[in-house]
Parts: sequence; structure tokens; C-alpha cells
Amino acid sequence: MKITKKDRAFFHLLLAPGMLILFVFAYLPMFGIVIAFQEFNPTQGFIRSEWVGLEHIRFLFELPDTMQTVWNTVEISLMKIVAGLLVPIVFALLLNEARIVWFKRTVQSLVYLPHFLSWVILGGILIDVLSINGGAFNQVLATLGIKPIFFFGDEAWFRVMLVVTDVWKEFGFSTIIYLAALTGINPALYEAASIDGASRWQRVVYITLPGILPVVVLMSTLSLGNVLNGGFDQIFNLYNPMVISSADIIDTYIYRMGLIQAQYGLATAIGLLKSLFGFALIVTSYRLAYRYANYRIF
Amino acid sequence: MRIRLHRFQAFDILNYIVLAAVSLLCLVPIWHIAMVSMSGEGPANQYVVGLIPIEFNLSSYANILRLDKFWDAFGVSGLRVVLGGLLNFLLTVMMAYPLSKESVYFKSRSVYIWALVFTMLFSGGLIPSYMIINELHLIDTIWALIVPGAVPVFNVILMINFMRQLPKELEEACLVDGASQWSIMTRIYVPLSLPVIATVTLFSVVGHWNSWFDGLIYMNQTEKYPLQTYLHVVLASRNLVNADQNSVMASLTNRSAISAQIILASLPILIVYPFLQRFFIHGIVMGSVKE
Repeated sequence: MKITKKDRAFFHLLLAPGMLILFVFAYLPMFGIVIAFQEFNPTQGFIRSEWVGLEHIRFLFELPDTMQTVWNTVEISLMKIVAGLLVPIVFALLLNEARIVWFKRTVQSLVYLPHFLSWVILGGILIDVLSINGGAFNQVLATLGIKPIFFFGDEAWFRVMLVVTDVWKEFGFSTIIYLAALTGINPALYEAASIDGASRWQRVVYITLPGILPVVVLMSTLSLGNVLNGGFDQIFNLYNPMVISSADIIDTYIYRMGLIQAQYGLATAIGLLKSLFGFALIVTSYRLAYRYANYRIF
Repeated sequence: MRIRLHRFQAFDILNYIVLAAVSLLCLVPIWHIAMVSMSGEGPANQYVVGLIPIEFNLSSYANILRLDKFWDAFGVSGLRVVLGGLLNFLLTVMMAYPLSKESVYFKSRSVYIWALVFTMLFSGGLIPSYMIINELHLIDTIWALIVPGAVPVFNVILMINFMRQLPKELEEACLVDGASQWSIMTRIYVPLSLPVIATVTLFSVVGHWNSWFDGLIYMNQTEKYPLQTYLHVVLASRNLVNADQNSVMASLTNRSAISAQIILASLPILIVYPFLQRFFIHGIVMGSVKE
């Protein structure tokens, strides 16, 4: 194959606009991290603002809120990761057992729906439906004789609802990946097992589960990269002052400190620490995914 | 044998019930809000509407659709979807095509790839990104919503992977016939990648429609908010204004008005939903299963 100098110039030309945009909007902000070591003043800019060294980072660890938000983030993410792995697997297995095709299709169409709506919309819907003052769900509970529950106003319930609503939004979409893996299992295995007298349960345990195991391993390792995220969009649209101490995550903390209180240095310092740990987590998760599931992004 | 058969049937029935119940759980909350939005203000505020409208009327929609603020926000969202989607599409193709070449023919490929992937691994964070947008005087312009995310890195990678598994013979045949790289790209690779291009473009269009946080931080003037940001602000203020029933904000934040706005903001997604489903499933399977 012959690729000439001219062709290569053409390739560089095609890549130039995108690379320029990445440089300005992805790489320049990385240099902007210097704000973490400055008493940043927007009128003086990145270079002339006063340097304070590690002062912000030292001060961060003195603030009681900092460690609280880190733990909140990790706890919320881990609960979401576990539930977000288990529910779609179980759901895919159940759906796989259903034999009526139109039923399966309808179920699939319905469960993807929340995935495509934003957290602004879903937050609006959920706050209404789960409200303590006449919300539809509490009305249903009342007919069962259960007292109204303050889902988004009680700290313990709020955490539970973060996990439940996150699973509600995403499980249908995650199910697709497991269903794809299920269709990849050789049907001959099931036939052979039936002839040998394996029960339905045994077929699930000895054929289906091992068949989707590589995908399960892959999804678990990749989800590790999200441990410091916790779900900003969701929490920002659902939380309120009553639950803030148990719902505040790193990203909401950065937003309030940086853009509301204008503590640029402090907020950037937390962002920097988050980016560094996040980087380590993502690299680790990719390595594990490569090692245990032979996954490569290229 | 017979007992076992019965147990299977019992399981099947139970399974269908569970699956149906879970599916309804995904639909019913949205349905309920839609019904509230079509009910009279009285029944809506008294929380007596269930799954059918009471005192059916569309006046809350009529009220919202009379608001300039709503149409401003709708216009901003429409513009960002069109411009942003177009820009995402162009840059995805422009970056994926050269990067799908073997490193032997295009030596700088790995440098570019690393530059691309690194942006997925590390970021400057919220404040430095905000400061850059501010320094470039993009605050309160539509470009602040479009340009920072103009290169959809994940989509580019999806496209690269797709183009790489197209048969190499295609390109070789074209080169033998003396075709330029431009025509190989536009006449062979782009048409052949159309299903993936449609998928990733839908990804970015839905992403643009659903984005709200960038609008919140980069727009100081509220008339420049995209629809989702506008809705976020209306929803966030609903608890604050309930006491003052006569204000303009209160007319936006009574229950039927809120419900109508939620439904209006979801409507475009609900309309393209059948397409989304087909393309997205295709896309996610393509992205996750390689070789």
C-alpha cells in the first residue's frame, strides 16, 4: 500500500481542528490546575496570582466536610456499583427465560426508557411521585397500611433512594450488554444438557452463568473507575439542605465551594486530588479488564 | 416428572408477572406526571390524580407555551442540538478516519491516539475548565455549550474500531485505481460506516438535549439557558415559592405547570425513542463486542 507524504499531510489536516479543541478545552485546564497552589484572582490570571504552595491542600484536610464528602462519595458509589451489576444480571436472566417474543420486546422497550431522560426530568418526576405530601407512591403505601415515608428528606432513606433510583434509571440499558452475551452462548450446550437430564436451574447455573461470566468480570472491573464519581447529576437534582451531610459528594462539594462561594483555590485543589486518584483508578480498572477479560479499548 | 412440569409453569407465570411489574415501574411514574399535567389545577394540587386525568384540560400546556422564557430556552436547546450534533459528527469522522490507519503507514497515529485517550483518563476539573471558558469570553454564548465537548472522544474510538475492521482490500483497490485519500474517505469509508455514524450522532444529539449543567454555569443571563437548565431552575425553586402564590414564579411552579414542563422537555426524546432504541442497542453491542 502506498501512502504518500501528501496523504499524511491530509491526515494531519483532518486531525488539526479536533486536536486544537482538545488542546484548548482539555489540556489547557490541566495546566489551570496551578490554581490549586495559588490565591487565585480572576483579574490577575493564572500567572500573576499569588502563590501559596500546598496551603490549600493542608487547609482542606482541616475542614471536617472534606473527609465526610470523600466517604459519602465512596460509600454511595460502591452501593451503586454493586446494585448496578446485580440487578441487570438477574433481570437479563429472567428475561432470557421468557419465551413469548412480543412480551420480551415490550419489556425491553419499557425498561430502557428512563436511561434516555435527563436527571433534571427524572428528578422532577421522582420528587413528585415520592413526595411525603400526597406523593403517588406514599398513597399506594397508605392503602397497604404503611405510614408515609419521607424518602428525600430522611438521611438514611435518601441514600437508599439514590441507589434505587440510579438502578431504576440504568438497569434496563445495562441489561442489553448481558442479553448480547446470552445470545452468544452456543445453543448446542443447552440441547446437550437437556438430553443429559439437566434441570432448568442446572442449565442456568452450569451453562448460562459461566457463559456470561467474562462480561460480568469486564463490567465489574470497568466500574471501578467510577468510585470517585457518585453521580453528580442525580444528587444535584435530588438533594436538599435536610440531607446534605449524608448526600454531599466530592463533585457537589467542588461546585458549591468553587462556583458558589468562589473559593477557587480550594475547589481546584479538591478537583486535583480527585483527578489524580481517579486517574489511578481508571488505569487500574483498564489493566484489570485487560488481564481478566482481555478487554482493550483499541 | 409431572410435579417438575408444574413447578416450571409456576415459575414461568411468576417470571412473567415480575417482568411485567418491573417494566410498569419504569413507565408508570412518567405516565402519572403526564396525567397530572392534563388534569385541572384543583385535582392536581390536591394529589387526587392517579393514572387517568381528572377534569381533563390542556390549559397548563397553553400557559407554558405562551411564555417567552420557555420558547427562548427551547430555541437555545434546538440550536445546540443542531450545531452541536453537526460539529460532533464532523469531528468524529475527521478524527476517526486517519486514526483508523495502521501505524506503519501513519507514524504519528499513536501520538494522536494517546493525546485522545489521555483526556478520558485525566481532567483539569471544574474550576480550571470554567476559567478557560471565561478567559475566552465564551460565557453567555452558545459556543460555551458546543465547543468544549465538540470532540466526543468515546465516539471517535467507537468509529476507529469500526473502520479498522472494514476490509483493507477496499482501500488497496481504490489506491490502485488512483483514488485520493479524500475520495476514499468520503466515498468508501463514510458510506460504509453510516450505521455507526448514525448511532454516535444520535448519542451526541441526545446528550446535547439532556445537558443542563453547562448551561447553569456558563450562562449568566437566564434567557440564554437551554431547556433542561431552565427546567432545573424552575424545579429547584418550586419549594421556595409555594408560600407566595401570586408571583410569576408561582404560576410556573404549581403542580400541573411543573408536570406540563417536565413532559414538554421529555417530548423530543419520547418522539425519537423508537429510533434511539434501535440504534443504541446496535451501537452498544458494537462497542462492547470486538474482534
